[in-house]
Amino acid sequence: MSSPEFSNPIVRWIEYRLPVFSMLHHEMHEYPTPRNLNYMWNFGSLAGFMLVVMIVSGIVLSMNYTAHVDYAFASVERIMRDVDYGWLVRYIHMNGASFFFIVVYIHIFRGLYYGSYKAPRELLWILGVVILLLMMATAFMGYVLPWGQMSFWGATVITNLFSAIPLIGENIVTWLWGGFTVDNPTLNRFFSLHFLLPFVIAGVVILHIAALHQHGSNNPLGIDIKNKGDTLPFHPYYTVKDLFGVGLLLTIFMAVVSYAPNYMGHPDNYVEANPLVTPAHIVPEWYFLPFYAILRAVPDKLGGVIAMFAAIAVLFVLPWLDRSPIRSAKFRPVYFVLFWVLLADCILLGFCGANPAEGIWVVLSRIGTVYYFAHFIILLPLLSLYERPIDLPLSISNPSPSGSNA
Amino acid sequence: MSEPVHADGHHDADSGMDEGRRDFLFMATGAMAAVGTAAAVWPFLSNLRPAADTLALASTEVNVASVGEGQSITVVWRGKPTFIRHRTSKEITEAQSVNLSDLPDPQADSERVKASDAKWLVIVGVCTHLGCIPLGQKTGDAKGDYDGWFCPCHGSHYDTSGRIRKGPAPANLAVPPYEFVSENIIKIG
Ligand code: HEM
Ligand code: FES
Repeated sequence: MSSPEFSNPIVRWIEYRLPVFSMLHHEMHEYPTPRNLNYMWNFGSLAGFMLVVMIVSGIVLSMNYTAHVDYAFASVERIMRDVDYGWLVRYIHMNGASFFFIVVYIHIFRGLYYGSYKAPRELLWILGVVILLLMMATAFMGYVLPWGQMSFWGATVITNLFSAIPLIGENIVTWLWGGFTVDNPTLNRFFSLHFLLPFVIAGVVILHIAALHQHGSNNPLGIDIKNKGDTLPFHPYYTVKDLFGVGLLLTIFMAVVSYAPNYMGHPDNYVEANPLVTPAHIVPEWYFLPFYAILRAVPDKLGGVIAMFAAIAVLFVLPWLDRSPIRSAKFRPVYFVLFWVLLADCILLGFCGANPAEGIWVVLSRIGTVYYFAHFIILLPLLSLYERPIDLPLSISNPSPSGSNA
Repeated sequence: MSEPVHADGHHDADSGMDEGRRDFLFMATGAMAAVGTAAAVWPFLSNLRPAADTLALASTEVNVASVGEGQSITVVWRGKPTFIRHRTSKEITEAQSVNLSDLPDPQADSERVKASDAKWLVIVGVCTHLGCIPLGQKTGDAKGDYDGWFCPCHGSHYDTSGRIRKGPAPANLAVPPYEFVSENIIKIG
């Protein structure tokens, strides 16, 4: 499509030097979006919205936060009690992290269900997994900042994972800490990185969107756009729908921030860090629980650490494990079942991670872990060979079966 | 076929030599860039290591005169809790009578204490699994199945010599470098 003509002389002056307006026009009016996107496609824009919420609330928090072991806990309490609306900003940031993960996990499972990781969107998917890893690092380091008991012991246990590396493990851990335990140097560098990483995430999000706009959104049918009748312009159709989603998210989010701000937190983190006493039951934040369960399911220290990282690494190669040319689970009767079993398995692992590693929980977390890996490494490749898909529709706008499977 | 001749009379045979020089320059530049990058990155990585003042806190002196038989104290060495236990003769016998082949990390009790003072056990109170502080220092604490220490985080049991007996921890509780500077003063580190 040709560049639009702008009538406003200022716009024309700027456009001639910096083509932002034609870029905007291209994204909003010309960028073809499948007409059949359902509400699952709201979660990408919601994730972007949460990133902005985290950056804004984080910058405001850091104006009153002190990254020192003697003052950090008190400075957060001061934010809660004395700083105007400090409680609100902190509760937004604290619960914002949880909501960010809720939104991103839904976004990821959307991708799994509709096969959005398949060609030609492999890099788009991989960039998404990179964002997930960066988010995890950011949230982990942020949780250390208020310097409560969970902050301290979470940091200790997670950094100690690296001591499982043969030979150089202990040296790496000392290097990460900048000392012989989690201490002031650790808190300082975590604050510095916690400030930096969200901006790195924003950079990767830009790449993620560039990759998205190369081939456009996937859709619930998982078939390519065939003609103009299959599409709608992004604006106003999807801008309005995305805004509606933001409104809904904000309603739920602010209800939690206002009425149950500590529901997803741990009371132990309102006890100041004590390097000499470990709380009786340490658990990570809920969004790490399935991975924590996988870590503990393996009876060997190094093996547990490898399994935990592999649980995410396997997502990087997913586009090459699932070779079925059909994207959407709607047309893959067996994959449809496996998808829901995988989701249930992840939730089961979450419960395993929340409970002490004893008795039945050990057994369940081992079964859950084996199934998780079997899904990706055994079941999906086999399925690509043996599953008989249902006939795909002719096109997005014409639902009659095409009589073909590709 | 004759070799092409350039306008200035040079034969392409010469350019074979030129290419060799170009390859060499290319490799040399690449190597210098790699060395230069490594040299620039190193200070930034090394910067994250424990600083001189952190290292300077690396030794601690403790007076153990008041620690009676059967009692334990916890002191801080390099920011880590360090357990000093005045072991009872029952605990010493337990520690010495273990069959070494039953241990996940075999080590005789005699290698973990000073021969002259087998009653004093000095160990770093940091679980070798993922760094929690095991229970067992206070009366009333769970001491695990082997009368020593019990780590609540993922359930590691240590015996009266601080050796791992059961649970996910891979190694015995570490014995820090220490010496008796006088009868009752222990210098750790
Ligand atoms: C990816 C985006 C981010 C995530 C997932 C995240 C996550 C977290 C989490 C989980 C906490 C602990 C909250 C608590 O329990 O008190 C925290 C604290 C904190 N974060 Fe962030 N954060 C993000 C972005 C930022 C940014 C951009 C900044 C600053 C520029 C920032 C500054 C802070 C500060 C100062 C604290 C300590 C105050 C407190 O604990 O409430 N954060 N962050
Ligand atoms: S840290 Fe002690 S058992 Fe895991």
